[in-house]
Amino acid sequence: MKNYVIIGNGTAAVSCIEGIRSVDGKSPITVISGEKYPAYCRPLISYALEGKAVPEKMNQRPADFYEKNGCRVLFGTKAVGIDPENKTVTLEDGSCLPYTKLCVAAGSSPFVPPMAGLDTVEKKFSFLTMDDMLALDAAVEEDSRVLIVGAGLIGLKCAEGLAERVRSITVCDLAPRVLSSILDEEGAALMQEKLEAHGISFLLGDTADRFEQNRAVMKSGKTVDFDILVLAVGVRANTALIRDIGGEVNRGIVVDTHMRTSIPDIYAAGDCAEGFDSSLGTNRVLAILPNARFQGECAGINMAGGERTLKNAVPLNAIGFFGLHSLTAGSAPEGCEVFEERGPGKIRKLYTKDGFLTGFTLIGCEERAGIYTSLIRERIPLDSLDFELLKHLATTAAFPHEERRRKFGGAV
Amino acid sequence: MKRVYVNEEWCLGCHLCEYNCAFANSGGTDMASALRGKPIFPRIHVEGDDRVTYAVSCRHCTDPICVKCCIAGALAKGEDGVIRIDRGRCVGCFTCVLVCPWGALAPAEDGVMQKCELCLTNASGEPACVRGCPNRAIVYEER
Repeated sequence: MKNYVIIGNGTAAVSCIEGIRSVDGKSPITVISGEKYPAYCRPLISYALEGKAVPEKMNQRPADFYEKNGCRVLFGTKAVGIDPENKTVTLEDGSCLPYTKLCVAAGSSPFVPPMAGLDTVEKKFSFLTMDDMLALDAAVEEDSRVLIVGAGLIGLKCAEGLAERVRSITVCDLAPRVLSSILDEEGAALMQEKLEAHGISFLLGDTADRFEQNRAVMKSGKTVDFDILVLAVGVRANTALIRDIGGEVNRGIVVDTHMRTSIPDIYAAGDCAEGFDSSLGTNRVLAILPNARFQGECAGINMAGGERTLKNAVPLNAIGFFGLHSLTAGSAPEGCEVFEERGPGKIRKLYTKDGFLTGFTLIGCEERAGIYTSLIRERIPLDSLDFELLKHLATTAAFPHEERRRKFGGAV
Repeated sequence: MKRVYVNEEWCLGCHLCEYNCAFANSGGTDMASALRGKPIFPRIHVEGDDRVTYAVSCRHCTDPICVKCCIAGALAKGEDGVIRIDRGRCVGCFTCVLVCPWGALAPAEDGVMQKCELCLTNASGEPACVRGCPNRAIVYEER
């Protein structure tokens, strides 16, 4: 009999539970949940602002999930320390939980750089959790002027969610383009155009230098008056629990392909972990839902004594605004070749290196994108298929006849 | 479980499966009035080139990556092995399109994703693509 403890209750934690239960049906699992809700679909919070999702239907799993899986969940409780010698987790109230195998799935926290006068702003919000969303939802009014600091995925989805609900939205970012972590200039311009067509204004290459109550003074000297401030500069992996006990931490908690940290019997998964990105060939934090799923499951299986490795994790981002979708996967490593195709409102870019597809960007031409993704994840040599065809169209017709017959001929 | 398979050497590339699929899922009782003059959004599509064609629909994978990656909890695999979508939960984010290695998911006219659910709950009761395939290239069987 083992004693499993999971710190965190998001996607990675849910998948960790399922991973454990696929091997070990009996041993007790304790979940330490900082938030007071059963695991919910975090990326839906912007859709909830928009009215396309409702909190009651954002649950990741049916209501009896924890009970059915023999989990005790401590809602609204945080872990404050780990004692790897005695194998216990210390909670906020000072009590200790013993563990045989521990998974840190603690997620990430909003990163707020020091900005002068931030304390003078009355209505300011982060946008990462259900409670953040509910607070923002309650604060916005029809005549609100909203300033969002950060033109990344979180800031822009928040902008889209609020677009029809407020008087004005301005988004600023120090980067010279929107979505700078996933798109190049050209792709970013296309997405920005779409957002602007829906009334969202941008101040790029510029950011708030200081705040004076309802006014932001930008680095450029411009001023923006606002009623509501959303801080979406970025997130940082929650690594402190492992750092404090001398475990290997970089931008995230360093894990191997089994999701083991450098400390025996402690695993990590999800947004707090830094695992192997096969499209780059190095470790990096992949703070995306699919990766939390894969890593959590992998951790759970291994914690329970099964055998699972995760060697094909790559960045995967599907993000759309007002019907224009950007699908990106993998990376564009240094020295890669780029194949591009453009049309009105469309961009298709494929990145290849050493005879493999390493990444792509598709905007406005998302059909069957997963075929490209599978070439990256499965590292299928491009000389084994009709790459000329793939440059214009994602299709399984590019596979050689026999290979396609094999793929389609039986259950998968 | 029984799944839909296509024998590409028998596929004529006639696209009838696409029309039969669209009709079976239209809720209509007359094919002409359900489809005439309208763009169709079938859950099966014919791929290929001038030499070979074949139809592709959901493979109902044993370990479905679309279900794992769905950000909305809209996709689920039932105990019968069938992968279904709760269109009321889907927000049309395209993550499933980004990860399905078969290219088997696509949005309906309303932007919400749809996929083959083997016609188990519509009026057809059995895969309409299979029943209507003139050359029996598409089959519904256990393999």
